[in-house]
Amino acid sequence: MPRPGFVLDVDKSTPPILFHHGESFRLERLPAGRSRVVYPAEPLEPLEDVDAAIRHALDNPIGDSPPLRALLRPGMKLTIAFDDISLPLPPMRRPDVRQRVIEAVLDLAAEAGVDDVHLIAALALHRRMTEAELRHAVGDRVYDAFAPHGQLYNHDAEDPDNLEFLGTTRHGEEVEINKRAATSDLIVYVNINLVSMDGGWKSTATGLASYRSLRHHHNVRTMQHSRSFMDRHRSELHSSNWRMGEVLRNSGVKVFQIETTLNNDTFGTSGPLSVLQKREWEWTARDRAAFIAMKAGLDRLPIKARRKIFNSWQAPYGVTSVQAGEVEAVHEVTTQNTFAQQLVPVEGQTDILTMGLPYICPYNVNSVMNPILVMCLGLGYFFNMYRGQPLVREGGVVIMSHPTTWEFHPVHHPSYIDFFEQCLAETTDPLELEARYEKQFAEDEWYRHLYRTSYAYHGVHPFYMWYWGSHGLQHVGKVIIVGGDPRAVRRLGFSPASTLQDALEMASDVVGRDATITHLHNPPLVMADVS
Amino acid sequence: MKALVFKRQPAKFAAAMVAGRLQPGAGAKVGPLSLRDVDPPELPGPDWVRVRPRLSGICGSDLATIDGTSSRWFEPIVSFPFTPGHEVVGDLDDGTRAVVVPVLSCTPRGLDPVCPACAEGRINHCERIGFGDLEPGLQCGFCESTGGGWSTLMVAHRSQIVPVPDDLSDEAAVLVEPLACAVHAASLVTAPRVAVLGAGTLGLLTIAALRHARPDVEVLATAKHPHQRSLAAELGADRVVAPGELERAVRSATGTMRYDNGQLGGGIEGVVDCVGSPESIAQALRIAAPGTTVLAVGMPGVTTVDLTPLWQREVALKGAYAYQRADFDTAVELAARLDLGRLVSATYPLRAYGDAIAHAAHAGARGAVKIAFDLRSEKERETI
Repeated sequence: MPRPGFVLDVDKSTPPILFHHGESFRLERLPAGRSRVVYPAEPLEPLEDVDAAIRHALDNPIGDSPPLRALLRPGMKLTIAFDDISLPLPPMRRPDVRQRVIEAVLDLAAEAGVDDVHLIAALALHRRMTEAELRHAVGDRVYDAFAPHGQLYNHDAEDPDNLEFLGTTRHGEEVEINKRAATSDLIVYVNINLVSMDGGWKSTATGLASYRSLRHHHNVRTMQHSRSFMDRHRSELHSSNWRMGEVLRNSGVKVFQIETTLNNDTFGTSGPLSVLQKREWEWTARDRAAFIAMKAGLDRLPIKARRKIFNSWQAPYGVTSVQAGEVEAVHEVTTQNTFAQQLVPVEGQTDILTMGLPYICPYNVNSVMNPILVMCLGLGYFFNMYRGQPLVREGGVVIMSHPTTWEFHPVHHPSYIDFFEQCLAETTDPLELEARYEKQFAEDEWYRHLYRTSYAYHGVHPFYMWYWGSHGLQHVGKVIIVGGDPRAVRRLGFSPASTLQDALEMASDVVGRDATITHLHNPPLVMADVS
Repeated sequence: MKALVFKRQPAKFAAAMVAGRLQPGAGAKVGPLSLRDVDPPELPGPDWVRVRPRLSGICGSDLATIDGTSSRWFEPIVSFPFTPGHEVVGDLDDGTRAVVVPVLSCTPRGLDPVCPACAEGRINHCERIGFGDLEPGLQCGFCESTGGGWSTLMVAHRSQIVPVPDDLSDEAAVLVEPLACAVHAASLVTAPRVAVLGAGTLGLLTIAALRHARPDVEVLATAKHPHQRSLAAELGADRVVAPGELERAVRSATGTMRYDNGQLGGGIEGVVDCVGSPESIAQALRIAAPGTTVLAVGMPGVTTVDLTPLWQREVALKGAYAYQRADFDTAVELAARLDLGRLVSATYPLRAYGDAIAHAAHAGARGAVKIAFDLRSEKERETI
């Protein structure tokens, strides 16, 4: 029976706590008597027979939906859309659950005599997936059957000939998605729900959308009114996507949603990284030795070698649930299953929230975690891992640990470089950035060209990263990055500190000397249910 | 009188070349420049006046001369020995405080009729700077007959004298000459968007002059050092980037395409190079839009540069040298309005010329802009 997540009150006997720190780690001693650590739950028991669970879900849909086989008929146009490289993190070991689901859907389609099938990576404005990445997601058999015939490809949000405008929501939000998907008799959406933000109408209304459509919810106002975007019922991001879903439905777009959830088995229960999944006071002498050896070895390696090691890690996640059918009904169940793994009750807010940022976020798979992504991971994702109220009080301090080097992947993140060098040099205010620069970057022909033909995130994407952290920016009084490149940290508008002790000293200027501290021990993923 | 004198001494010149390459400014200690007691220059004619320099700036062209890196182009248009210093504010015998227009064109040279360029007021295009009553010399500070600002006394023709108002500080006034260069350069720019390369004295003043002449022009500037960045922004640059960031900034500002090797498909409509190094000229050519003009304001030298982009994109490379008389009037007005005295970072007495030149050669890295000689306290100044 896996143990649930819990909150540890730090006392004098508490050992140093693990902080992820990019492609390395730090062990930090938190002040006794005023610190606590929010630990994730142990991995939930996975499904014993995933394929059987998938078949069961397809035959026993949730909500107002017939079974999938009843929706399939000869001569129909079927589009299978699936989540892209940003999920899950780190990538999962083969076979990826998307492959399993897609193979099951294709088996049913074949049985029903459906031969007009397209598979689309629903990447919105993310970078295109490479062949290797697509093969990993859908499996070699599916890839070889469809890609050579042009029936398996990446969504292109800038292809004017392959976008379909479907109307506007009651709030005036334009809905424009992939034309092949919009004009299909059925869209089967294959999702991996790593965090509660994923899934639901966000899958199609965002994953298959154009910039024209996305800008209505990927903006500062929406993100500042999403409290948090991990809590759908209090998230304006989701409200907007749900309104767009209404337009999709009313336009006759039929979606059969298949959502899956994964457990917390990110680093494995054995092997080189398994120590990262254990609670520090339970580390054995062998764990300690393994950790010290790993850290010493990593710290001696050049960054490229370290990055290669970490990027090659594939998590042994177990699949905990598969549900299919009508989008909203499916997503309610999915969300509960995600919460079952990740939610940990936490009593009250804290003055200082600490977090160790790992080497990966949704937008640097096989890439570089640049400073903008550091901000997005810390103030966007980690800060928003709450339900109820933010873990840190308004005006409090966030301390993040990450090397935050002034480094960008030139192929994946070209517009990020300009955003960092040009825009952040002028202002870090999300509203001002949005007003002054977003349009220019979004409509830049070169960025558009690279997004469409290379492997670049869309020109506007760094703005979205900044907006993702805008609720956090608005909420906290100070952000400190421990162990980061001071120049890059200052460009972000944050304060650099060499050690956690220095950071706590700096934080005391804002929240006083007896401030309470909470460390979010993440990853594996944990979400605070703050009372 | 005391003067820094630059003599034709080949052995010392060679030593300066070597030292200057190893350490910019080092040519002052081993080269042909020395502090001497010399006879005051004689007045070449009745329309000439004596000028007692108060401040005299150290310019990039002076540094190139001292370090032996300037072009042999200048050989027939300078005369040895000369006293450097063409950025001068000084006192006339009648007490007038004035700046000097140092160009030695037809009129100071006593040539009548004047050349066609001088007839049109284009004294910077004068065809006779090596002829007439004076020894050759394109400007005071490079001419044996007139002396230069790095001394306690020099001479100038009345046509070269521009009185300055009482409320203009000496520090601001000593910047009038380089500012006039910038005013002239700005008058040659018509592009709606301009990249200014370099934020030394000339770069900063060009930004200011551009902003003054063309309030709606969009100015993108490069600056290596933090103080240069802030001054460039204060003086009118819309955006300031590090030199290594310029290509990306131009691409972003213009929305043009970019090849995998970083080469731009298009470029910016106007480029003003205020550095004059091989690197800056090459960069200027790389970022200029097809069919546009790169303006070379900073003094270049003998250089190797890939001219393929100039050819393939029909980019013109145009010099911007000195000024015309009216540019000085604009410069005097601007120097006061922009409080340019703050750009004078340090002054030195003549005897500390080695330190002064070393400081000027590393001005940017040492947080400075303009370094000048301060002659106001030189004892001999009052007794000549």
